[in-house]
Amino acid sequence: MFASFIHALRAAGLPASITEWLALMGAMKAGVADYDLDDFYYLARTTLVKDERHLDRFDRVFGEVFRGLEPPTTATGEVIPRELPEEWLRKLAERFFTAEEMAKIEALGGFEKLMETLKQRLAEQQRRHQGGNRMIGTNGTSPFGAEGYNPEGVRIGQEGSRHRRAVKVWDRREFRDLDDAAALGARAMKLALRRLRRFARQGEAKELDMEGTIGATARNAGTLDLRLRPERRNAVKVLLLLDIGGSMDDHIRASEELFSAARSEFKHLVHLYFHNCPYERFWKSNRRRQEQMVPTLEVLRTYGPDWRVVFVGDASMAPYEITEPGGSVEHWNEEAGKVWLRRITAHFRRVAWLNPVPQNQWGYTASIGLVQEALEGRMFPLTLEGLEGMAKALR
Amino acid sequence: MRKFRSTERYVATRELEVAVNAAIALQRPLLVKGEPGTGKTVLAQEIARSLGLPLIEWHIKSTTKAQQGLYEYDAVSRLRDGQLGDPRVRDISNYIVKGKLWEAFESETPVVLLIDEIDKADIEFPNDLLLELDRMQFHVYETRQTVVAKHRPIVVITSNNEKELPDAFLRRCFFHFIRFPDRETMERILQAHYPNLRAELAREALEVFFRIREVNELKKKPATSELLDWLKLLMIEDMPPEALRSNDLKVALPPLYGALLKNEQDVHLFERLAFLSRARRP
Repeated sequence: MFASFIHALRAAGLPASITEWLALMGAMKAGVADYDLDDFYYLARTTLVKDERHLDRFDRVFGEVFRGLEPPTTATGEVIPRELPEEWLRKLAERFFTAEEMAKIEALGGFEKLMETLKQRLAEQQRRHQGGNRMIGTNGTSPFGAEGYNPEGVRIGQEGSRHRRAVKVWDRREFRDLDDAAALGARAMKLALRRLRRFARQGEAKELDMEGTIGATARNAGTLDLRLRPERRNAVKVLLLLDIGGSMDDHIRASEELFSAARSEFKHLVHLYFHNCPYERFWKSNRRRQEQMVPTLEVLRTYGPDWRVVFVGDASMAPYEITEPGGSVEHWNEEAGKVWLRRITAHFRRVAWLNPVPQNQWGYTASIGLVQEALEGRMFPLTLEGLEGMAKALR
Repeated sequence: MRKFRSTERYVATRELEVAVNAAIALQRPLLVKGEPGTGKTVLAQEIARSLGLPLIEWHIKSTTKAQQGLYEYDAVSRLRDGQLGDPRVRDISNYIVKGKLWEAFESETPVVLLIDEIDKADIEFPNDLLLELDRMQFHVYETRQTVVAKHRPIVVITSNNEKELPDAFLRRCFFHFIRFPDRETMERILQAHYPNLRAELAREALEVFFRIREVNELKKKPATSELLDWLKLLMIEDMPPEALRSNDLKVALPPLYGALLKNEQDVHLFERLAFLSRARRP
């Protein structure tokens, strides 16, 4: 069983090696876990997982391999009263009620009342779907998730399990947000991006300046005079603007690899998201589009002209999304996309656009030509040569 | 070896206890990550305290080199001494300055060694310490001696995730990710730090605190250490709990917010939220 566990982990892409496996066995022998499944879970996690991004994958594999080993849950089948998490309720409110219903309830008793009603409704549902002796979280699927009420499917059961013994913590999958799932095989990209590095002498004078020392010592007639200078450091600042959604779905993997390669290569790297064409705002996080917006003007104010801007997008859209005010597919934009593109290229001296669409197909899409034009020809395909061209353009 | 448990001053979850005990039992370094302010550095201090061992702290900066943890050969002062004809110059060991790791290896009792914020250093830094942390020994070229640890120290390494650590290094460590404490744990933490804190004040303060953390746009979400600082201030000012309650976050900033919000954009954000909700009110 244990051997199949490590194989399952490796199959799921966790870089667990034999060293770590032996360490786990050693710790078991040393009696750290003492025949307690929860402790074994914690121990296995601390020995086999080395990065919080892998925690979620680990939880899933652990759940699959050790399913059925856990002590039976409250066998009487009684429903344990539980509190439903607030924020979760709030999120669900929109899905459970129509707009009119919401308005009606809100007229009756405001938001609190709305929450109360929703809580009741959910509680009823829960009992109906429960029936047996298992709680929501224990099967890793929630009754709501199955019916499409909760797209995230994470938080369900979390509040509830706290009142019981901490069985099956791994099924709660609390680390899901940390899993970026992008394969890190992008070493070639990393090397290409390395060309972007610019070294500058900055900070404290720590390095021996050999020539300066020899010169100064000679001038002193042989009495030692040490000269120091600051070390060279990578001083490149990169602003990565990623197109997300729509036609970019096919290219998400490529952009993710680029992103994971870029992250380790620069000291300053900021990434923002847009859809199709940049307008008056960007998103800070792809998941929470509506909540975390940054006005483009603020971006221009915050990051000086010495930042290098890299757009990543397929630039494939209807031409009016670039040329006309109000052309955006998502909202009403006062000013046309090309105005914003011009503003960005005017502020940042070094701008490039990476396009995952193969270069020989660029001619078939009018909008690619428009963006090319706005960027004065600094669009490059997402290939190694393209990256090198980009590095040159950003120098 | 005794086992690590939560102390009256430090609340450790079961998962953290298991991780620490595994690291102690197998004498491997423990790598601790987590949001800033969740007690990564304090963990090492508490391990030392609860096991009754001395603590050696090595704080890493961007200029720190791995070699500095072992020893440094102060060639410059030897050169100066040589020019002045100082007799000390004959013995090279006069110019070997011991580092924190040497100190830990040399100690007569086992020690806890904290390598704090390892991600601040250069990307090659962890690689340079692989052998030293694995075998707990290193060689001093200048004096041709090998320093071997008398007792393998308990090594705690913290990281804020500013840089990715190399695989070879990770393979030699145990890893624990400190999650942000939930409300229950947070109440225990408050109890542990301020045993005579009034329950009402604690409740109201936690209410405000978790509501602030809900705001997603914050640049730096306040963490445990900020909460503790803030409560201390509230206690010094003898703030009545009502002052927090009447204080709907949407109407104004909480009193003494400076302890919770650490940058001006965040403060502005709250002022804006407050302004918007006032404007919306009838």
